[in-house]
Amino acid sequence: MGESPHRSAHAGTGGTRVATSHEWPAGASARVAERSGIPGIPDNGLGGGGGLPRARAFGAERAFRGLTLAAGTTVLVVIAAIAIFLIAKAVPALRDNTESFWTFEGWFPNDDPPKFGIGALAFGTVLTALLALLMAVPVALGIALYLSHYAPRRLGNALGFLIDLLAAVPSVVFGLWGRDYFAQPVADLSAWLHRYFGWIPIFGDGPYGNSILLGSVVLAIMVLPIVTSLSREVFRQTPTANEEAALALGATRWEMVRTAVLPYGRPGVIAAVMLGLGRALGETIALALTLGSTYAISFNVLQSGGNSIAANIANRFAEANDTGRGALIASGLVLFAITLIVNITARAIIYRRREFTESAA
Amino acid sequence: MTTTVTSHRPQPPAQPLTLRARRLPAYAAPVIAVVALLVSAGIVYGAGIGGPVLVVVLGALLYLGGLYAAANAVEGRRAARNRTWSALIHSAFVLAVLPLASVVWTLVSKGSERLDGNFFGTSMNNIGARDANGGAYHAIIGTLEQVGIATLITVPLGVLCAIYVVEYGRGRFAFTIRFFVDVMTGIPSIVTGLFVLAFWVLIVSPWFNDGRPGFSGFAAALALSVLMLPTVVRSTEEMLRLVPAPLREGAYALGVPKWKTILRVVLPTALPGIVTGIMLAIARAAGETAPVLLVAGGGAAINLNPFENNQSSLALFVYQQAGEASKYSPARAWTAALTLVALVLVLTVAAKLLARRNRLGR
Repeated sequence: MGESPHRSAHAGTGGTRVATSHEWPAGASARVAERSGIPGIPDNGLGGGGGLPRARAFGAERAFRGLTLAAGTTVLVVIAAIAIFLIAKAVPALRDNTESFWTFEGWFPNDDPPKFGIGALAFGTVLTALLALLMAVPVALGIALYLSHYAPRRLGNALGFLIDLLAAVPSVVFGLWGRDYFAQPVADLSAWLHRYFGWIPIFGDGPYGNSILLGSVVLAIMVLPIVTSLSREVFRQTPTANEEAALALGATRWEMVRTAVLPYGRPGVIAAVMLGLGRALGETIALALTLGSTYAISFNVLQSGGNSIAANIANRFAEANDTGRGALIASGLVLFAITLIVNITARAIIYRRREFTESAA
Repeated sequence: MTTTVTSHRPQPPAQPLTLRARRLPAYAAPVIAVVALLVSAGIVYGAGIGGPVLVVVLGALLYLGGLYAAANAVEGRRAARNRTWSALIHSAFVLAVLPLASVVWTLVSKGSERLDGNFFGTSMNNIGARDANGGAYHAIIGTLEQVGIATLITVPLGVLCAIYVVEYGRGRFAFTIRFFVDVMTGIPSIVTGLFVLAFWVLIVSPWFNDGRPGFSGFAAALALSVLMLPTVVRSTEEMLRLVPAPLREGAYALGVPKWKTILRVVLPTALPGIVTGIMLAIARAAGETAPVLLVAGGGAAINLNPFENNQSSLALFVYQQAGEASKYSPARAWTAALTLVALVLVLTVAAKLLARRNRLGR
């Protein structure tokens, strides 16, 4: 698959030259001019370079280059600063904590002595995000396939545009909708699920209301456009030759999708799912509005309750004193670490298959 | 001779041979759908286990099963699979459109309730729980100022960083920067809020605020710029890579120094794409609630100065109104949400249209 010709690299005006610039910085040839001015490298007649100006120690070129280098370094500085300042503010609060930070189920950092633990929050964060992805990803892949390979082209483009727009809708809107208009249907569904599927442990007893189910469904609806638009982009890049070859061998449309489109798009889809997971893990306001804000580890997804690190920060920030802020920052540090791990894993996957996902990720 | 040949001629088969395989008639799918719905209604209401929603869900499952069975009997297994997956993919689309359409419908119908001059002309200052008026003027000001400052910080930084990565950087260091820009894309907004809280509000701002931590719109702008930076760098980087190498080489051949080539040739060529990326980043930043909640504090009064005292923003206004116990606050929240979505969508649509006119394209 890696050897197959790649449509996107040859698309547009850039042509093959653009593709080569992924390995070498664009304009690498200019380096020759700079280098030939250095004494010690013999001129072997290739253009000589005798007439070229020597590279100056302090010139506009150096200054501009230094400026861009400084801007590039800023990114690394910012990431390091995030880690350093969060740790600096978290450590005092963690020292004051009288319970185990990892296992205590509760959040009383403003009391004396302060007691707080991340266990239930981290559990809720991961559980809601995974449930949301479990619901969103199959549907999102279905829509992406529909838009790229099943719908008429014009309709597919128009609907794809709409999905892109939905990806831009702020999360607070989804949160508000979920709390005010979606909670009742989900509560009815919860009652129904408990009545007929109560023997499955996760469908426990009520009361029903702002539950993990509600939060994760809202989260799924939010993640859906993001995963859809990224995967659609990847599916659309499948080489036409591969698709036509599959069809010419007598494959049905589904067989063509299964043998040509899905394998080709797999790295891009994994990347899209991981990005969706990153979004879901860090989502704050929608979950602050739709989760029940309790501090217990429970697999009962129907009962009112559930919490996540980010939602807890938003809910408890207003009342926090010094230690309270430190405790929230410590929980943010854990969230930062979780998302960092997820992201680095996703990036490692993408970088291994760089050429497929260039425009998607 | 001819007689033997004719005697060997095969007898016409009972079924006429055709080139096409047997197919389900066109009316089969609707018939199966209707039957599935009727059966499902019979089961659901007969056993008394649910309402119309369950009828539709069960009916859809029965339809998929029935379609597979019918196609399997007539057309064979491969065609049956094809039909079933096709139906599944179409139903995934319908399934997703329902909640999204509901969100849009709620937004428009609820949001238009308070869409009046009073909403856009007043703040929430001195508005009590029993007052029906009050508006989002202060929040709109806050959003515009915070996003504006964040853009001023991010754009030069992001574009220069992308130039370094594409034009100058090579080797391990440039790769590290690229990698961490990508990683930065996934940092949750609340973490950037906490970072600015820990760094700016709690440590730096007390220096010039009589030792008290100072919440301000500028702090929110800092947090938003941390969010926007990776988006701007990524999109600029992609656009710079699309600039054809012969343009650069032409400039070098004319003896133009590299920095001037970048500023005069490469950047102008890539400009429409860069602007698109910046607008998308702005649209995303404008919708962020969490960082503003943590570092701008939010306030009810109009505060035109982003460097001092609390400021609100549209997204934060929605969140605060959603949490209030007044019977008038939901209408305000939805109208603010509609305003926010309109702002974000205008930016996004403009960016997408600009991208379409982009000569470099994808």
